[in-house]
Amino acid sequence: MAMAATEIEQLIKEGIPDAVVTIEDLRGDGDHYAAYVVSAQFIGKSRVQQHQMVYQALQGRMGGELHALALQTSAPEQI
Amino acid sequence: MSDNPAISRIQSEIDGNDVVLFMKGSPMFPQCGFSAAVAHALTTLGVKFKGVDVLEDADIRNGIKEFSNWPTIPQLYVKGEFIGGCDIVREMFESGELQQTLATKGIEHAA
Repeated sequence: MAMAATEIEQLIKEGIPDAVVTIEDLRGDGDHYAAYVVSAQFIGKSRVQQHQMVYQALQGRMGGELHALALQTSAPEQI
Repeated sequence: MSDNPAISRIQSEIDGNDVVLFMKGSPMFPQCGFSAAVAHALTTLGVKFKGVDVLEDADIRNGIKEFSNWPTIPQLYVKGEFIGGCDIVREMFESGELQQTLATKGIEHAA
Protein backbone atom coordinates (compact mmCIF):
# COMPACT_ATOMS: atom_id res chain seq x y z
CA MET A 1 0.00 0.00 0.00
CA ALA A 2 1.20 3.40 -0.88
CA MET A 3 1.18 6.44 1.35
CA ALA A 4 0.75 10.08 0.39
CA ALA A 5 3.79 12.33 0.78
CA THR A 6 1.74 14.76 2.87
CA GLU A 7 0.82 11.96 5.27
CA ILE A 8 4.49 11.01 5.73
CA GLU A 9 5.42 14.62 6.35
CA GLN A 10 2.61 15.06 8.85
CA LEU A 11 3.57 11.97 10.84
CA ILE A 12 7.21 13.02 11.04
CA LYS A 13 6.22 16.51 12.19
CA GLU A 14 3.90 15.11 14.83
CA GLY A 15 6.74 13.01 16.20
CA ILE A 16 9.43 15.66 15.81
CA PRO A 17 7.63 19.01 16.01
CA ASP A 18 10.55 21.26 15.00
CA ALA A 19 11.48 19.11 12.01
CA VAL A 20 11.93 20.63 8.59
CA VAL A 21 10.81 17.88 6.24
CA THR A 22 11.34 17.64 2.51
CA ILE A 23 9.74 14.72 0.72
CA GLU A 24 10.56 13.68 -2.79
CA ASP A 25 8.46 11.17 -4.71
CA LEU A 26 11.32 9.41 -6.46
CA ARG A 27 9.39 7.60 -9.15
CA GLY A 28 6.14 9.51 -9.11
CA ASP A 29 4.38 6.30 -8.07
CA GLY A 30 3.51 7.24 -4.48
CA ASP A 31 5.54 4.31 -3.24
CA HIS A 32 9.22 5.27 -3.40
CA TYR A 33 10.10 8.35 -1.42
CA ALA A 34 13.14 10.16 -0.19
CA ALA A 35 12.82 12.23 2.96
CA TYR A 36 15.24 14.85 4.23
CA VAL A 37 14.66 15.71 7.84
CA VAL A 38 16.42 18.49 9.72
CA SER A 39 15.81 18.97 13.42
CA ALA A 40 17.60 20.49 16.40
CA GLN A 41 16.58 17.36 18.30
CA PHE A 42 19.18 15.47 16.25
CA ILE A 43 22.04 17.43 17.81
CA GLY A 44 24.42 15.10 19.63
CA LYS A 45 22.70 11.99 18.30
CA SER A 46 24.22 9.35 16.04
CA ARG A 47 22.79 8.81 12.58
CA VAL A 48 21.28 5.54 13.73
CA GLN A 49 19.52 7.34 16.60
CA GLN A 50 18.33 10.09 14.26
CA HIS A 51 16.81 7.59 11.86
CA GLN A 52 15.25 5.67 14.74
CA MET A 53 13.50 8.88 15.84
CA VAL A 54 12.02 9.29 12.37
CA TYR A 55 10.99 5.64 12.21
CA GLN A 56 9.35 6.01 15.59
CA ALA A 57 7.42 9.03 14.34
CA LEU A 58 6.20 6.88 11.44
CA GLN A 59 4.71 4.49 13.99
CA GLY A 60 5.62 1.19 12.45
CA ARG A 61 4.67 2.10 8.89
CA MET A 62 8.26 1.93 7.71
CA GLY A 63 8.92 -1.50 6.27
CA GLY A 64 5.16 -2.07 6.13
CA GLU A 65 2.83 0.09 4.08
CA LEU A 66 5.72 2.46 3.53
CA HIS A 67 7.88 0.26 1.37
CA ALA A 68 10.71 2.49 0.33
CA LEU A 69 11.71 5.65 2.12
CA ALA A 70 15.29 6.74 1.60
CA LEU A 71 16.10 8.77 4.66
CA GLN A 72 18.63 11.50 5.25
CA THR A 73 18.75 13.31 8.55
CA SER A 74 20.82 16.14 9.93
CA ALA A 75 20.96 18.70 12.66
CA PRO A 76 20.61 22.34 11.60
CA GLU A 77 23.85 24.04 10.52
CA GLN A 78 25.36 25.61 13.58
CA ILE A 79 26.55 29.15 13.22
CA MET B 1 19.29 -12.82 27.71
CA SER B 2 16.26 -12.94 25.50
CA ASP B 3 13.56 -15.60 25.51
CA ASN B 4 13.51 -15.41 21.75
CA PRO B 5 15.90 -18.03 20.31
CA ALA B 6 16.21 -16.03 17.08
CA ILE B 7 17.68 -13.12 19.06
CA SER B 8 20.33 -15.42 20.57
CA ARG B 9 21.22 -16.68 17.08
CA ILE B 10 21.51 -13.12 15.79
CA GLN B 11 23.75 -12.24 18.72
CA SER B 12 26.02 -15.21 18.04
CA GLU B 13 26.35 -14.25 14.35
CA ILE B 14 27.36 -10.76 15.41
CA ASP B 15 29.73 -12.03 18.09
CA GLY B 16 31.31 -14.58 15.76
CA ASN B 17 31.95 -12.35 12.74
CA ASP B 18 33.68 -8.97 12.57
CA VAL B 19 31.48 -7.74 9.75
CA VAL B 20 27.95 -9.10 9.36
CA LEU B 21 25.34 -8.00 6.87
CA PHE B 22 21.76 -9.12 7.41
CA MET B 23 20.35 -8.95 3.92
CA LYS B 24 17.85 -10.29 1.45
CA GLY B 25 19.61 -12.86 -0.69
CA SER B 26 23.31 -13.63 -0.62
CA PRO B 27 26.28 -11.31 -1.28
CA MET B 28 26.65 -12.94 -4.71
CA PHE B 29 22.93 -12.93 -5.47
CA PRO B 30 21.18 -10.14 -3.57
CA GLN B 31 17.40 -10.26 -3.87
CA CYS B 32 16.79 -6.59 -3.13
CA GLY B 33 18.31 -3.37 -4.42
CA PHE B 34 18.99 -1.99 -0.95
CA SER B 35 20.80 -5.14 0.14
CA ALA B 36 22.71 -5.16 -3.14
CA ALA B 37 23.89 -1.57 -2.59
CA VAL B 38 25.40 -2.33 0.82
CA ALA B 39 26.96 -5.60 -0.32
CA HIS B 40 28.43 -3.73 -3.27
CA ALA B 41 29.95 -1.04 -1.04
CA LEU B 42 31.61 -3.68 1.15
CA THR B 43 32.85 -5.65 -1.85
CA THR B 44 34.22 -2.48 -3.45
CA LEU B 45 36.19 -1.80 -0.28
CA GLY B 46 37.47 -5.37 -0.27
CA VAL B 47 35.91 -6.09 3.11
CA LYS B 48 35.34 -9.69 4.07
CA PHE B 49 31.88 -10.04 5.51
CA LYS B 50 29.36 -12.63 6.50
CA GLY B 51 26.03 -12.31 4.72
CA VAL B 52 22.99 -13.64 6.55
CA ASP B 53 20.06 -14.19 4.22
CA VAL B 54 16.91 -13.25 6.12
CA LEU B 55 14.70 -14.64 3.36
CA GLU B 56 15.80 -18.10 4.41
CA ASP B 57 14.63 -17.65 7.96
CA ALA B 58 11.49 -15.77 8.98
CA ASP B 59 12.49 -15.82 12.67
CA ILE B 60 15.75 -14.02 11.90
CA ARG B 61 13.97 -11.68 9.50
CA ASN B 62 11.57 -10.54 12.20
CA GLY B 63 14.01 -10.90 15.08
CA ILE B 64 16.64 -8.61 13.61
CA LYS B 65 14.14 -5.74 13.52
CA GLU B 66 13.44 -6.18 17.20
CA PHE B 67 17.11 -6.73 17.99
CA SER B 68 18.20 -3.34 16.68
CA ASN B 69 14.92 -1.43 16.92
CA TRP B 70 15.29 -0.90 13.19
CA PRO B 71 12.41 -1.62 10.81
CA THR B 72 14.22 -2.45 7.60
CA ILE B 73 16.77 -4.75 6.04
CA PRO B 74 19.71 -4.63 5.21
CA GLN B 75 21.49 -4.04 8.51
CA LEU B 76 25.24 -3.81 8.85
CA TYR B 77 27.13 -4.73 12.01
CA VAL B 78 30.85 -4.18 12.54
CA LYS B 79 32.53 -5.64 15.61
CA GLY B 80 29.22 -5.94 17.36
CA GLU B 81 28.07 -2.40 16.63
CA PHE B 82 25.03 -1.64 14.49
CA ILE B 83 26.31 0.76 11.82
CA GLY B 84 23.11 1.36 9.93
CA GLY B 85 20.86 0.41 7.06
CA CYS B 86 21.17 1.13 3.37
CA ASP B 87 20.84 4.93 3.53
CA ILE B 88 23.38 5.39 6.31
CA VAL B 89 25.91 2.97 4.83
CA ARG B 90 25.60 4.59 1.41
CA GLU B 91 26.04 8.06 2.89
CA MET B 92 29.06 6.89 4.91
CA PHE B 93 30.57 5.10 1.92
CA GLU B 94 30.29 8.17 -0.30
CA SER B 95 31.78 10.50 2.33
CA GLY B 96 34.61 8.12 3.20
CA GLU B 97 33.32 7.76 6.74
CA LEU B 98 32.69 4.04 6.29
CA GLN B 99 36.32 3.45 5.34
CA GLN B 100 37.34 5.43 8.41
CA THR B 101 35.02 3.47 10.70
CA LEU B 102 36.35 0.17 9.35
CA ALA B 103 39.92 1.33 9.87
CA THR B 104 39.18 2.50 13.42
CA LYS B 105 37.68 -0.87 14.21
CA GLY B 106 40.68 -2.65 12.76
CA ILE B 107 38.87 -4.21 9.79
CA GLU B 108 41.08 -4.85 6.79
CA HIS B 109 39.94 -3.28 3.57
CA ALA B 110 41.50 -2.53 0.23
CA ALA B 111 40.37 0.96 -0.75
